[in-house]
Amino acid sequence: MLVEELVVRYGDLVAVDHVSFSAAAGEVTAVLGPNGAGKTTTLEVCEGYRRATSGTATVLGLIPHRRQAELSRRMGVMLQQGGFSPAARVGDVTRLFCELYGKRVDAAELLQTVGLGERLRSSYRRLSGGEKQRLSLALALAARPDVAFLDEPTSGVDITGRQLIRSIVRDLAHNGCAVVLATHELDEAEKVADRVVIFDRGRVVADGTLDELRSGHDEIRFRSSATLDVHAVSAAIQLAVRSVGDGEFVVDGGAVHVAALTAWLAEHGEPIADLSAGRQRLEDVFLRLTGGQS
Amino acid sequence: MSALKAQVRYEVSSTMRNGEQLLLTLIIPVMLLVFFSLVDVLPTNTKDPIDFLAPGILGLAVMSTAMVSLGIGTGFERTYNVLKRLGATPLGRARLIAAKIVAVVAVELVQFAVLIPVAYSLGWRPTSPNWLAASGAVIVATLAFAGIGLSLAGRLRGEINLAAQNGLYLVLLLLGGMVIPFAKLPGPISAIAKALPSGALADVLREALANDGVRPATSWLILAGWAIAAPVAAARLFRWE
Repeated sequence: MLVEELVVRYGDLVAVDHVSFSAAAGEVTAVLGPNGAGKTTTLEVCEGYRRATSGTATVLGLIPHRRQAELSRRMGVMLQQGGFSPAARVGDVTRLFCELYGKRVDAAELLQTVGLGERLRSSYRRLSGGEKQRLSLALALAARPDVAFLDEPTSGVDITGRQLIRSIVRDLAHNGCAVVLATHELDEAEKVADRVVIFDRGRVVADGTLDELRSGHDEIRFRSSATLDVHAVSAAIQLAVRSVGDGEFVVDGGAVHVAALTAWLAEHGEPIADLSAGRQRLEDVFLRLTGGQS
Repeated sequence: MSALKAQVRYEVSSTMRNGEQLLLTLIIPVMLLVFFSLVDVLPTNTKDPIDFLAPGILGLAVMSTAMVSLGIGTGFERTYNVLKRLGATPLGRARLIAAKIVAVVAVELVQFAVLIPVAYSLGWRPTSPNWLAASGAVIVATLAFAGIGLSLAGRLRGEINLAAQNGLYLVLLLLGGMVIPFAKLPGPISAIAKALPSGALADVLREALANDGVRPATSWLILAGWAIAAPVAAARLFRWE
């Protein structure tokens, strides 16, 4: 899947502003960004729901809005919200989608896979938030997709459900599917994605593997007294030091600076705990790139 | 083809399992037919009220399914993103619409299979009925009512659409010559009523089944006009999301 210089405007509002990125078969590409950053709009162009104002999106070699019939046979879609009538029965709607895709997927087996095997006769309105997400994922799997667009798949899902969804997403990619996952849950992206594309205000502000995004941004984290003088520490070790709240501090520097830091803290009688040194967490990368929005 | 068949099956079974839809499409027409046939309170001007009521109630059944049931169901599906989700499957939008039309016709057949025997059991004996003309009228009226229902469903929010469809149903039922003859309506209202699709359908059905139409040729023209204009309006007004 390839998105090149994509622009989508709603009147005067530029929702997507010259966005380019790609997603490869066999990989999970996480599209991250604050609410309103343009993730869903970009996905909707890729799914064929929306036309680009300019630029192109090519999915499985097809222009989505022109060849949606052809694309839909090979594409799994999980909408951010809804997609079901409240009265729809889990078993009926899953059977319907299996028949619509005609890929000989057994509805009962599919529901077992997503942990809804016991909910065949339940109506959609009676499902919990997590069960609704898993049903939506099941319908995307009914396509045996070559490309899957999953919009906020773990939103409102409990820990067990998240683990199951992660494992299904990984299996999908393992079987050669290009999985594009839009989320604002950074820990999910960190756990499941091979590649991350970060959106902010309609633009792509970072694109790469997790290692690439974190590289060059090593940090030291530690806890100390809430009254620690960060300016004094910073001046002493010649590195930026900042408080991130609750007595936790971050130093923009690698493990080689740990000795200087701990020596200064000991010399000034400041406590130290929970010290760790290494690459930045995705959350920090994200906050750095999006100016603190989440 | 199998995708279309699967969607038709799903649409029909959803309608027939939904209590509100069943009330609207089957129970209310049967109740009106039975009640007003047995309790002679309507100014039908016929020897037996069933002779006036049976064609009118068949018309009401068509309106209930093709306009109200289709319109309310589709309106909520639009609100709940069901149409959007189905639009990204191999079914596609064209076959989704086709499936809905086939499902409406299937439900109408079920309605007729229930209503016609009930009318016969109440003493209805149409003289030399022209079932072919009646079937033609039902098909043309289905297009007209479906167009009206989808025009509203494609623009209004779920709950507002629900209220609008039910309100329109009542207006067309009372003014449409289905249970109250045009002659019993005040002059200007009668003129409007005759121009409504419900009025035209009731008149055409009465002519076809009882040789008792008021102005069948004009009614055919009015019905055909609605059958062209309403689907065109629906195509222009409908928003999938």
